[in-house]
Amino acid sequence: MPDTHFYRYDDYDRTLVAERVEQFRDQVRRRLSGELTEEQFKPLRLTNGLYLQLHAYMLRIAIPYGTLSSRQLRKLADIARKYDRGYGHFTTRQNLQLNWIKLEDAPDALAALAEVDMHAMQTSGNVIRNVTADHFAGAAIDEIEDPRIWCEIVRQWSTLHPEFSFLPRKFKIAVTGSPNDRAAVRVHDIGLRLWRNEQGEVGFEVIVGGGLGRTPMIGKTLREFLPKDELLAYLEATLRVYNRYGRRDNLYKARIKILVHEIGAEMMREDVEAEYAETKDGALRLPAETIEAIARQFAPPALPHRPAVVGAVEALKLEDRDFALWLKSNVSAHRLAGYRIVTASLKPAGAPPGDASSVQMEGMADIADAYSHGEIRVSHEQNLVFPHVAVEDLPAVWRALGRLGFAEANVGKITDIIACPGLDYCALANARSIPVAQSISNHFAGLARQHDIGDLKIKISGCINACGHHHVGHIGILGVDKNGVELYQISLGGDVDFGKTALGTILGPAVAADKVVEAVDALVATYLDARGEGERFVDTYRRIGAQPFKDRVYAAV
Amino acid sequence: MPLFREAGIVEDPWQKLGDDAAVPADGMVLVSFTRWREARAALLARRGPVGVALANTDPVEALASDISRLDLIVLHFPKFSDGRAYSQARLLRERLGYQGELRATGGVLQDQAPFMLRCGFDAFESDQKGFGEALAKARTLFSVVYQPTEDGRAPASLLRLGRRNVRTTV
Repeated sequence: MPDTHFYRYDDYDRTLVAERVEQFRDQVRRRLSGELTEEQFKPLRLTNGLYLQLHAYMLRIAIPYGTLSSRQLRKLADIARKYDRGYGHFTTRQNLQLNWIKLEDAPDALAALAEVDMHAMQTSGNVIRNVTADHFAGAAIDEIEDPRIWCEIVRQWSTLHPEFSFLPRKFKIAVTGSPNDRAAVRVHDIGLRLWRNEQGEVGFEVIVGGGLGRTPMIGKTLREFLPKDELLAYLEATLRVYNRYGRRDNLYKARIKILVHEIGAEMMREDVEAEYAETKDGALRLPAETIEAIARQFAPPALPHRPAVVGAVEALKLEDRDFALWLKSNVSAHRLAGYRIVTASLKPAGAPPGDASSVQMEGMADIADAYSHGEIRVSHEQNLVFPHVAVEDLPAVWRALGRLGFAEANVGKITDIIACPGLDYCALANARSIPVAQSISNHFAGLARQHDIGDLKIKISGCINACGHHHVGHIGILGVDKNGVELYQISLGGDVDFGKTALGTILGPAVAADKVVEAVDALVATYLDARGEGERFVDTYRRIGAQPFKDRVYAAV
Repeated sequence: MPLFREAGIVEDPWQKLGDDAAVPADGMVLVSFTRWREARAALLARRGPVGVALANTDPVEALASDISRLDLIVLHFPKFSDGRAYSQARLLRERLGYQGELRATGGVLQDQAPFMLRCGFDAFESDQKGFGEALAKARTLFSVVYQPTEDGRAPASLLRLGRRNVRTTV
């Protein structure tokens, strides 16, 4: 089995996770015996990843910075088979959710996770959540520095943080190390963007107060450039200001974005900087040895020279149109010319976005071992990624993915839909998301047409909490409930690309469930008629505005 | 409500003084932050020790100049899920150098005890069944910590460098 090329637990990490499992075992025992009320138990189970959903408990497993070894993925498959119904759901937060867990099994499932150095800590609850990163980290051609080094440093600092375990609300941190932001850092409670200044030093732009949910906001830059070794001191200062002054009177106004909005970015900056001035030279300053020791663990695998142009690949491209399309949409540049980053689409036509069975997970682990140094990534777009695939192995990987049903050449296309679990699973949802995604996916299933339509991000949320990120979809679809009827509100023009981050604008009245496909079809037809040379859907929308789209949609539905 | 320290249940020797009650000449008196601000001079002129009970929205910084003259500070958890007093506790201990008793009151449950100890609390009012037993074990429930705090425990990051001494100034 290949070595891992990301952070490996040592005895300290393992001990902490094991002790946490035993603590939770005792908490579950006390809940089952009635010693703990559900109200008292709730934050305890939430911070161990256990939600109470519509039909059952759901376990949300942390996949820190979206990075998995093949061994870990096999264990996830195993846990899904043993404690669930043999499948799992990869989420927009780079986590894995199991939807049918029994409370009394949860401690054993967590103990099984601990065997492969994984946990479900802080995947829920009013705490600092699992930290997310660019899913191309360590392989991307445009990367300045691997963001996962910093995610791991933040993971450790935030785990069981004694001061910040009862925050006003949940707190999400994302890190990107590339100018092309694939981690959506402007729509997180804190977004960190590594960049190199004019002196050649690498540091963080610190963005605070972004978020989606019922009050979507784009984060404000509190610090243009933060020296790397001061990261934890700055985070602690920000969290302390939030913990002290964030609103707790109203659940819907408790996120840090509301605090930033209400007091203003300027005052927020002053408060955080004042707090930070007191702490920055303290125990949180990161010693160079600590940073280096963690950075070393993320050293990329030794990638031998492989040819950048391969005759067999070129030949297959001419022979097989699906392969050629797959190369265009699912294969991205790697920092080495002889390698590519391959995105396996977890969105085959008509399937629930992000779902994988245990058999499929094991198949993915096998492909990773054979062709990608045993490494798999989870993207926030709910796909799985092989970060280091040699160009000459692309045909074999494509065929192997085809056997698993994950070779659909649709990454970034209209059927690469992000959708939350919606009313099929979720206790908060107003409307179903997955069936809507499935019908759009079926309607646009033809690959040639999808590639003609080009890059188009559809994001679907089943309620205003926006787990499907509908605000930042080129086409956003939000399920609403009007007097017991599920309706869908459509918005256009959202984007998460750095420098272009924008929230979508509502098109008009919500449409009925059975009209969503027609509405999307009308949007696409408007774009196809109006598009200029090289324009993506969202570019055309920005140029011509909402009216032509609106006219056609409401004539059709 | 029973008062606990890590060693076990203890008597509470403090007398809670209402905001309108006369200040007694001696004895251990606990006053609200409002009363403290109104009657600070008179309270400090007494022979007996004085303590202050803060709401979790009261600014701990206001106690900075008197911190060494206080023997008890009580921090309040209106609900166990309202975590503002954790920040107050760390600021009192680590920034203001408070050495006296730091007591948690209100929603104080056993599963919070490890966090409270790490933030500098050393006394706990709780009526939860089994709280005392759980508190006695809370400091060792987790043998590894990741954050430097005033409890002086070396976080994993320091132990990995072969260091044990943690300096905290927050």
